Amino acid sequence: MEKVRVMEEDFSIQKVVDSVRDPRSGGIVTFLGTVRGEDIRGRIDAMEVESYREMALEQLWDLRSRALDEYDLVDMAIVHRVGRLSPGENIVMIAAAGVHRENAFAAARFVIDEIKRLVPIWKKELFSDQEHWVEEEK
Amino acid sequence: MRIRVRFFASFREMAGREEVEMELPPGTRLEGLTSLLMEEYPEMSGRAMVAHNRAYASGNPLLKEGDEVALFPPVSGG
Repeated sequence: MEKVRVMEEDFSIQKVVDSVRDPRSGGIVTFLGTVRGEDIRGRIDAMEVESYREMALEQLWDLRSRALDEYDLVDMAIVHRVGRLSPGENIVMIAAAGVHRENAFAAARFVIDEIKRLVPIWKKELFSDQEHWVEEEK
Repeated sequence: MRIRVRFFASFREMAGREEVEMELPPGTRLEGLTSLLMEEYPEMSGRAMVAHNRAYASGNPLLKEGDEVALFPPVSGG
């Protein structure tokens, strides 16, 4: 399985974990982001996720390389979904396989924070009576 | 020279299109192009992120034929 993906289809959490499973690793830390069903405006019907796909992939591969180097990981996989998603659905997953758990926890945190800061992906929340780009709150 | 300009998310909606090809004189730098775009779409200014050939722009590089420039709002993935 490709270690970095941006895709419309849902992913198998098990397959993402298995893609980084390695006998050199003593722990795999996963972060799973899901679509939240409400915000201050009320109940969200759906979320539209848009990407600048070519650049997002380059940025994610670069983040993965930095995480592997800086946190001395055995392996890492990153998957981000795009398209129309419903509350509760998977949106992003990071699996970090470390020799020891500390680095794996830190690496997963580093990557999700950097995704939110740098990777060209945007979320639009759709309500029954309005829609709202999440970026506008920054 | 021809430059491909792409817009994403709310900027795509403001521009009313995903991309536009612009004809610019040789020697134009990135900031020359972005100021033209900000004049056309003032609502983008102040919070635009700029990518040049699919990487965040650093400095003010000379543009060349076939380059791709993208303008988009702060990202919100994850």
